[in-house]
Amino acid sequence: MSRILDIVDLKLGFKGYAGLTEVLHGMSLHINAGERVALVGESGSGKSVTARIILGLLQETRTARIAGKVSFDGHDISTMSGSQRAALRGTEMSMIFQDPTSALNPVFTIGRQFTEVLRRRVPGMSNETATAKAAQLLADVSIPDPSRVLQSYAFQLSGGMNQRVMIAMALSNRPKLLLADEPGTALDVTVQAQTLTLMRDLVTDHGTSVLLISHNLGVVREFADRIYVVYRGRIVESGPTKSIFGKPGHAYTRALLSAVPRITGAGLPEVPEISDDFLAPMVTHEAVS
Amino acid sequence: MSLLEINTLSKTFAAPGGPVHALSNVSLDVQTGECLAVVGESGSGKTTLANMLLGILAPSSGSILFEGAQLPVKRTATHRRAIQLVQQNPLSSLNPKRSVGASIRLGLDTYGIGDKAARWSAVEAALEEVGLPSDMRKRAPGGLSGGQRQRVGIARALVCDPRLIVLDEPTSALDVLVQARVLRLLNDLRQSKGLTYIFITHDLAVVRNVADRVAVFKSGKLIELGPTQAIFDSPKDPYTRALIGAVPVVDGSELKLRDTLAQGAGGA
Repeated sequence: MSRILDIVDLKLGFKGYAGLTEVLHGMSLHINAGERVALVGESGSGKSVTARIILGLLQETRTARIAGKVSFDGHDISTMSGSQRAALRGTEMSMIFQDPTSALNPVFTIGRQFTEVLRRRVPGMSNETATAKAAQLLADVSIPDPSRVLQSYAFQLSGGMNQRVMIAMALSNRPKLLLADEPGTALDVTVQAQTLTLMRDLVTDHGTSVLLISHNLGVVREFADRIYVVYRGRIVESGPTKSIFGKPGHAYTRALLSAVPRITGAGLPEVPEISDDFLAPMVTHEAVS
Repeated sequence: MSLLEINTLSKTFAAPGGPVHALSNVSLDVQTGECLAVVGESGSGKTTLANMLLGILAPSSGSILFEGAQLPVKRTATHRRAIQLVQQNPLSSLNPKRSVGASIRLGLDTYGIGDKAARWSAVEAALEEVGLPSDMRKRAPGGLSGGQRQRVGIARALVCDPRLIVLDEPTSALDVLVQARVLRLLNDLRQSKGLTYIFITHDLAVVRNVADRVAVFKSGKLIELGPTQAIFDSPKDPYTRALIGAVPVVDGSELKLRDTLAQGAGGA
């Protein structure tokens, strides 16, 4: 199976007055074509910076020190120029952010922002064609009145509606890779469930690979085929979703799972204190063939 | 006697497109020592209810009785001390320019409780109650972790010796391991100090494990109220079923419960 994304021994540090602060300590992960993979961990574990490196955004940050190899669709993005990396964003790879309302520009209509995205793939696309295509794509994400939404500003729409707009925009150019950073965290629980179902159906239809970044184990369980558990810039466990949830092998993964309150009401969990076991070597679950 | 009695409480806001009924005819009571969860989605009226309990908003109609007496629109210091708030985001709810100790002490200063030495010792006692070292009072909130900040938020509420604490999404900004520890702390404090909680949240899994009773709100209306187990075992309203059915779950037994509810919703 071809690999859309292949990260080998990725290291990241930030240079500051007090020296270099190391954030990622040699992460390796891959995503196959059409696969939905989750990167799960707590705040500060290095999930979002990994996404920013894949998008080629952190490479533009002066204080960032990046080492290791990141290959996207067979091309090493660390050797690309800034403009080559920029050309991939919005076309070959796209991103959905946590809070859709703040991710959309408040001073431009949805239509203006949508046509801008479409023109990243087809620069000369006419206004009429772009608007018609945007309306069709909004209809595909079950937005009832696309022409009204295209004329609206993000603050005039609900969070759920904005997230659908973001999904439609992100998938409009049929990217090979979609990065979804905590999609739905800012949404109500029923809207979050609808959003995830919609996103799952669309990426399956389009054959898009997904890297889902989340701290919500329930969301990860329902969305991902495979999981990487990350703790303090290291991957501590990886494997198929069913296998990790069925038989977590690493102390940190077990602690994470035990800390989640259950709707069956097992009572408040006893949470182990942070221990050296959390830094134990990585556990890998074999893929079921 | 109930600690809190809410009778036909309503709040309407004037808006350009016509009046918005944020809360309509809500009646419920809260017993001493109870944890009542208030659940619902954005715009359901949860925060409007909390703001009226805290005296931040005046009701359009209806009344709130606290310990048998009607709460006035303009609250006295006694009332404000008795009903405290723990907010959702522990970083933005603490003044970054004040030390942790000064933030916690503010309530005591405002209500003129004790002399300077007594106030500092109350601050240190509150920090210890929430599991933080007493010398943390000198630190700035920016240097603390999310869990530590939320503990400071809880200490700030506790120092005023309240009878009722309104917890507005107290763990939704926290990581799962930190959330579990803060929930356990809140539970222990409720039992050891005989506190009463109104726990506002959209997280049904948290509710299942901390609340004695659940009040479900939708579009400003109280649509279902009952003991936690009854609400989860046999929710009456389709909206309550939908809420429980939408919770992302991590193990098989939860999935079974959720599927059972979804089937029930389909038939409802």
